[in-house]
Amino acid sequence: MEKQVSYVSHRNTSGDSEQPMTETDLHTHAEEIHEQFSDQVDITVEEVEERLNTLVNEYKVPTSEARRSVVNTYLDEAGMERDDLSGGGGNEQKAVADIDHAEEWIDITAKVVELWDASSDAVAQVGLLGDETGTVKFTKWSKSDLTDLEAGSVYDLRNVVTDEYQGRFSVKLNRTTTIEKRDEEIEVGDDSTEVEGALVDIQSGSGLIKRCPEEDCTRVLQNGRCSEHGEVEGSFDLRIKGVIDDGTDVHEIIFNREATEDLTGITLDTAQEMAMDALDTSVVADEMREKVLGRYYRIVGPTLGRYVLANEFEQLESPADSEAVLIKARSI
Amino acid sequence: MSSAPTREVARRVFAAEFNDATYTFKESDDDRAPVYVLLPTGERANRVFVVGTLTETEDVGEDSEYWQGRIVDPNGDTYFTYAGQYQPDAASMLRELDAPEYVSVVGKPRTYETDEGEVNVSVRPESISTVDEATRDRWVVEAAERTVERIKRFEEDSPDEYVQMAKDEYDLPTESYRQAAVSALETLQEAETSTN
Repeated sequence: MEKQVSYVSHRNTSGDSEQPMTETDLHTHAEEIHEQFSDQVDITVEEVEERLNTLVNEYKVPTSEARRSVVNTYLDEAGMERDDLSGGGGNEQKAVADIDHAEEWIDITAKVVELWDASSDAVAQVGLLGDETGTVKFTKWSKSDLTDLEAGSVYDLRNVVTDEYQGRFSVKLNRTTTIEKRDEEIEVGDDSTEVEGALVDIQSGSGLIKRCPEEDCTRVLQNGRCSEHGEVEGSFDLRIKGVIDDGTDVHEIIFNREATEDLTGITLDTAQEMAMDALDTSVVADEMREKVLGRYYRIVGPTLGRYVLANEFEQLESPADSEAVLIKARSI
Repeated sequence: MSSAPTREVARRVFAAEFNDATYTFKESDDDRAPVYVLLPTGERANRVFVVGTLTETEDVGEDSEYWQGRIVDPNGDTYFTYAGQYQPDAASMLRELDAPEYVSVVGKPRTYETDEGEVNVSVRPESISTVDEATRDRWVVEAAERTVERIKRFEEDSPDEYVQMAKDEYDLPTESYRQAAVSALETLQEAETSTN
């Protein structure tokens, strides 16, 4: 009886169709569900339709609820997570630079630009994919049991899911992803920006920092605490969050550990020694400020949210063309 | 004003123009709203970036340390900068530096009125670093270029908000700031000629 009540209220609020479900509607639903599972579970459209029919026409369950129930049944059967499931039907074929939402199911054609060392056993492969429009990080889970991608090869990747972390997008390959090698070459586009100007500020959170050691969590600790995992034993890292200012615009820049070491000449080991001697990590950022603030740099790298990641940089030692500016100044 | 506050650009301006920027204003009534000085070439400045020769430092504080630094641009015009207990890093730089030295300063323009009713403009430093001559030279070219751009905008037929404000608030011809840009650039050229 209670079930009946909740069902009625559901009908009223969800605005589900008042019309009795026709057979063709159920057949369409069944076809869609079948397509979602056809690679993983050995089922026929008729079996799916029969299950839906029982729920909808015998038990009077709303279609959306019936569909959910059937999908869950097959998920259990296949040992899959709901997240592993595609939206059904064809995905949008996307260019890498057009990836701008998390949790979208898309198809991409891309070249494996780089393979990185996987940080944990859960990750089978991690690296960089690229097409004409730019590059994007990818992750392939071990449990998805997919064939390995080779660096330098071009693939059609269907059913990958987009993800986002701190404004940076990535794609995840999963159990439903199909990988097809293509016999073609892709000229990987350069999505990096170049900024030039004076380094006018080094922001807090720069210098010697500690990151959360939890799997796939690289959050910077605040007073030994990770905002996600609480109090943890952090691992040391170096970075600089800086501001480049050309007198017209400001750009926020992130130097990762390698770039920070190159920029400042202070290695992670040295930084840890400095902090140990001073019993204070802030001496590292102070020393970095002295070495780099107020100088001119050219920085090249991809844009991540509001930051430019300093993949390449150089200090600008020689002045710009003073002759050209002098001619301009004299002519006005 | 729903978006997060964006960082203020550091303007490049020679000392002759900077010291004339005596008019200050805010864009809103909020107590925390940024204060701008109005550059006579018609641009608002809440931050400046200056590279020049530190020629003299002096503790002018009475009860506590309050350091004054004189920084000279290629035209021989002087920026004054003051750092006290609330700018500990900049204050200790001024305490420790031996003039003369090329320095770069990022800071906020501040104005104060003297007993004689004159308005003085100075820089409250956020950071001071010692730099080499190449960095100084690069700044000179950059400051000249930004100055020329401002003067060009000033002379356009339909002046923007801050150009109009400068025309209303000041009676200062932009010609002297153009001259400052030209002569600063000429010092670089002379240096080049003399070393060749």
